[in-house]
Amino acid sequence: MTGVRLAKAWLDLDEAAIAALPGQLGVYEIGDARGGTLELGFAGGRSRFGLRSAIAEAAAKHEAARRFRYEVTMQYWSRFEELLAVYLADHGELPPGNADRGEQRVGRLGVGPSCATGD
Amino acid sequence: MDFELSPEQKLILETVRRFVREEIVPLETDLDPDASELPPRHRERLVAMTKELGFYGLDIPEEYGGPGIDLTTRTLMAFEMAQHRAGLYAPCYGVFGGAGLAQLYEADDGQKERYLYPVLRGEKRGFFALTEPSGGSDPARAIRTTAVRDGDDWILDGEKTFISGADKADFGIVFARTDPELGRKGITCFLVDTDMPGFRVRRIVHTLRSTHYAAELEFNRVRVPGRNVLGEVNQGFAIANDRLSRNRIPYAAGCVGVALKAQEMAIAYAKTRKTFGDYLSTRQAVQWMIVDNEIDLRTARALTLEAAARADAGKPFRTEAAICKLVASEGASRVVDRAMQIHGGYGMTKDLPLERWYRELRIRRVGEGPNEIQRLIVARDVIGGSFH
Repeated sequence: MTGVRLAKAWLDLDEAAIAALPGQLGVYEIGDARGGTLELGFAGGRSRFGLRSAIAEAAAKHEAARRFRYEVTMQYWSRFEELLAVYLADHGELPPGNADRGEQRVGRLGVGPSCATGD
Repeated sequence: MDFELSPEQKLILETVRRFVREEIVPLETDLDPDASELPPRHRERLVAMTKELGFYGLDIPEEYGGPGIDLTTRTLMAFEMAQHRAGLYAPCYGVFGGAGLAQLYEADDGQKERYLYPVLRGEKRGFFALTEPSGGSDPARAIRTTAVRDGDDWILDGEKTFISGADKADFGIVFARTDPELGRKGITCFLVDTDMPGFRVRRIVHTLRSTHYAAELEFNRVRVPGRNVLGEVNQGFAIANDRLSRNRIPYAAGCVGVALKAQEMAIAYAKTRKTFGDYLSTRQAVQWMIVDNEIDLRTARALTLEAAARADAGKPFRTEAAICKLVASEGASRVVDRAMQIHGGYGMTKDLPLERWYRELRIRRVGEGPNEIQRLIVARDVIGGSFH
């Protein structure tokens, strides 16, 4: 089952790439140089410049951030929850940037084996 | 029907109204416009407040520790509790507590220990799984999930769709066919733990309502012990049907609540926004939209209260529940649509709650039985006869 994963191409994280991002709402993934995921997130209705500002702010929190990918969607809440659930199913834990969920549960999805995406 | 409020009802409603306007609405300034949950620190503080007010666990029967509020008063409260951005599907973000799944009150003592009481203590979450890919409007015929007896156990096979909360639940109330020859009398209700082998949440279904999403479920030879049959074998449809009729009243009340708020916003905006030198409220085109809103609102409010009053009086209320559900969901959709029109461009933005209500109200015309089914129920009751 591949449709639920964020199957977009990774982009190098630099100022030009951030500036070129759309202002739409959507979900994103911040990655490090070794292929690991640092954080999954979304640009919601309160984000100042949609994905552009949300990704810039998220990347600034992670010293190891080197790349990112995103998906434009108005259903950013349910898509974000889905990405967390898929990541948890694939890795058994959440990315470091999402580990502190407090009492909020992450959904359990019975997904198939992870496929190579975006590398 | 006399809807004059008692002094106690007036006090309750004033308290709830103040709670919503002073405690809930200000928090929404900082929340994502589609959020349906509060940050834990706010949630804990507000739950403590509703407990102090004696309103926590509104829908829990009195014998289980609930406040013992009748359905009419509960409906009036629901009108108020829905009057904020998340109010349609997450009234007051759940700080008045939930009742769990109503069917669990019909469970036997062992089932109550394992499911009902943990739910009431907030330790377990459940889901309600009736609808299948083959349809949800005619569940008695559409249910293809089967349960076959195997010794003391049952083996469940099949799939469900549009099931809310399943991916984060500990168990579910699942309806399956146990006798293919008996139609609606061949359905049984099971309590299925989500860690039972063969149960799988296959995918999230993305809809207009981004939070409170639904999921698709798969049951692949799930072995369910006989002690997890809820009610009697082959009597599950009655359990489902009771829930469907009763739920339509609070479902309608939520629609009325957001429409009341939309109308309030429309009037306030029309009285402050000027075009061509005068306020919108002086323009007949806008006045008529507000009048049409008022007619839709009063109709839906009265019919919803009538259904609740009949249920409280122990009278049959299936027809009234169907009517209020369809009138409230359609009327509220029109009210919010007109309120957006009056607000112009601002009405389309996520700065205001109107666009969220617009999206979520669209679902209300399909959820809890599409409005065509409500009309069919009314036709059946008014004209008589069966519709096969």
